[in-house]
Amino acid sequence: MLGKTANGLYWMFRSLERAENTSRLIETGQRIGLTRSGNMEWGSVMQTAGVAEGYAAHRGEIAQDQAIDWMLRDTDNPSSVLSSIASARQNARMVRTALTTDVWEATNAAYMRSKELLARKVPERDLPNTLKLIRQRTALVRGATHGTMLRNDIYDFARIGTFLERADNTARILDVKYYVLLPSVFAVGSTIDNVQWETILRSVSASGGYRMAYGNQVNARDIAKFLILDKRMPRSLNFCVSKLRDNLGYLASDYDTTLPSHEIADKLAQRLSLHDIDEIFEYGLHEYIQTILASIGELGAQIEQDYRFYV
Amino acid sequence: MRQTVCVSRLRGYNDGMSDEKIFDEMWGRDEQLRDPYANFQSWFDGEDPARLRAKQREADDLFRLTGITFNVYGRQEAEERLIPFDIVPRVIAQREWQKLSRGIEQRVRAINAFLNDIYGRQEIIKAGRLPQEMIAKNAAFLPQMIGVHPPGGVYTHIVGIDLVRTDDNEFYVLEDNARTPSGVSYMLENRETMLHMFPELFAKNNVLPVSTYPADLRRSLAACAPPACDGPPTVAVLTPGIYNSAYFEHSFLADQMGAELVEGHDLRVVDGRVAMRTTRGYQPIDVLYRRVDDDFLDPLNFNPDSQLGVPGIMDVYRAGGITIANAPGSGIADDKAIYSYMPEIVEFYTGERPLLQNVPTWRCSDKESLQYVLDNLADLVVKEVHGSGGYGMLIGPTASKKEIAEFRKKLEARPGNYIAQPTLSLSTVPIFTNKGLSPRHVDLRPFVLVSPEGINITPGGLTRVALKKGSLVVNSSQGGGTKDTWVLED
Repeated sequence: MLGKTANGLYWMFRSLERAENTSRLIETGQRIGLTRSGNMEWGSVMQTAGVAEGYAAHRGEIAQDQAIDWMLRDTDNPSSVLSSIASARQNARMVRTALTTDVWEATNAAYMRSKELLARKVPERDLPNTLKLIRQRTALVRGATHGTMLRNDIYDFARIGTFLERADNTARILDVKYYVLLPSVFAVGSTIDNVQWETILRSVSASGGYRMAYGNQVNARDIAKFLILDKRMPRSLNFCVSKLRDNLGYLASDYDTTLPSHEIADKLAQRLSLHDIDEIFEYGLHEYIQTILASIGELGAQIEQDYRFYV
Repeated sequence: MRQTVCVSRLRGYNDGMSDEKIFDEMWGRDEQLRDPYANFQSWFDGEDPARLRAKQREADDLFRLTGITFNVYGRQEAEERLIPFDIVPRVIAQREWQKLSRGIEQRVRAINAFLNDIYGRQEIIKAGRLPQEMIAKNAAFLPQMIGVHPPGGVYTHIVGIDLVRTDDNEFYVLEDNARTPSGVSYMLENRETMLHMFPELFAKNNVLPVSTYPADLRRSLAACAPPACDGPPTVAVLTPGIYNSAYFEHSFLADQMGAELVEGHDLRVVDGRVAMRTTRGYQPIDVLYRRVDDDFLDPLNFNPDSQLGVPGIMDVYRAGGITIANAPGSGIADDKAIYSYMPEIVEFYTGERPLLQNVPTWRCSDKESLQYVLDNLADLVVKEVHGSGGYGMLIGPTASKKEIAEFRKKLEARPGNYIAQPTLSLSTVPIFTNKGLSPRHVDLRPFVLVSPEGINITPGGLTRVALKKGSLVVNSSQGGGTKDTWVLED
């Protein structure tokens, strides 16, 4: 496979994952906005999506409709839902020979439909439905990928892109919201702020999953454990990192070569499987997330190098 | 009963076309249904026009979804457009096709022999059949190719011959495309779309398949592997990139052939071979189907500013390390100045009379021809020898008196720079409109593959159709569309 193709697959699926994550963040933000006055939440939502600086430069003061528009459809924002889907599609065109017709057509259709839905500013009352329609389209791409692609290096690079982006997203949510989960808060004795934990769980589509796993008693320790360590949870750091390690492992055996990125992934996966949530709190949640974020970044850069994405 | 239906359908069929009787491939000159269209016509008469209109829209959606678009430049956000597709097939009988394909094969064989000769011993010049200056002063002639023997002796692996029809038995070659002919993906996707939308039509007609083209192309390219190749040949398609207007076709062909789709920056010369950067290091390529022009192929040997090519590829090529398809320098064979010598070229290399006609061409460098052209400017098309894309051209019948007078001056000043041709009365084929069938002018580009094993012509080709009534311009940039082209098995 060409290095360029591996790069294109990786970014196609990263962008797709990003589009979904951003749309979920918008949904959460709007939902919070309904229950709480003011635009407080949008600052942290945009920070989580990594688009706050761009917003400040382009739109200035934070307002709900502006924030939604920026995150949803502004092409000046490279991480907006529309930009991400366009980038997924552009990368898909580049790697068209590596994709099945089903995957290509699903991607192209997702782009065409999103472009149509986001041609104009979306009125707030249409927002939930619009986001749902877009996510249905990206889900079709995932389904086609799962159902029609060979399990070979092509699939591995697609999965690596997906899980790097997802791990990064979950880590950023935790990074922005870590203070909500700090022991000092629940040491006071009350359950944590309803709105805040809801934000976190909704951002990762996990309210239902959390209840299933931990019951109705919400507490910060369990949420942190759920999002960082729980291997049942498909967006937890541990889950994503173990998938990264698996897919890099398939590449290693397929190519019969072990590379530096494999070592980074192995170490990271090992760390996450051995750690205990109480140790993490003891170490410092914020610091811990910071080290994970740094390792994820290092892993991404090493994969680009090992598999000759650019040179 | 059926007769009355056809007559009613025919009423108004020719409205808006010129009065002169034009050969229509469905209705002939005398509104007599021609055989190849019999099954189509009976099917069409039984169809509900509203259903067909819905099918026409469905076709557009299919093309968009598949991504068969071409890019339009000049805007900040490169826009993607569809080439319009018409659902009425163009039908050719097998006996017509057999005759045509014999002519095409003869012509393509002659083109390859000509290229072998012109970059070799130049016998045709020594024999006095082609003037020396046609080559010496020609920008399409690549001196770097002199004495180079491409693997398998093949210069033009892929050729597209542009044909027009003027009567039941009259075809003319308008142009030979011996560099990087495009459009084959439309030929293939048009058929796929028709099969998808009108399966019942294919049950009624024995249409010869075109879908073997990608496999044929791959086999044909692999058969021309260079001496340095050991083992199964690695084939790659070289594209200028995702923003090129024909990018869809490049990726489509690579995909269908199971070849890698590469750009210049994926390639470099490693150990005397052209190699591509893969996830496991650099791997050599044996056959490169390039869709970039000669000029951009090698910044070391040609245009030094090119970002699209591979520095040093020409040296590898000359040493037998890679096959480039089509061979650099093939353009000399489809040059407009050379075109007028094609009848001589065919005769010289095949020893046979040409089976396909050239459009009569007056070379204005010749004194008598010049006089004829000057006397008949209002009826002729005059073209610059090295021009392309319809620039610097006079279309006599539609030009104003002033334009003709101005052109006359240019022609008198530099007669050697021009050739002239009569305006042909191109055949028409019906398209489907809101008011039923309506005739439009068409041309045809069959695709030809050349390998040491032989010449392979896909039955049919790409039919381009001028969608504007009465227009003769079939180019997609100027309101042209495409049709599925059928060759019926008897």
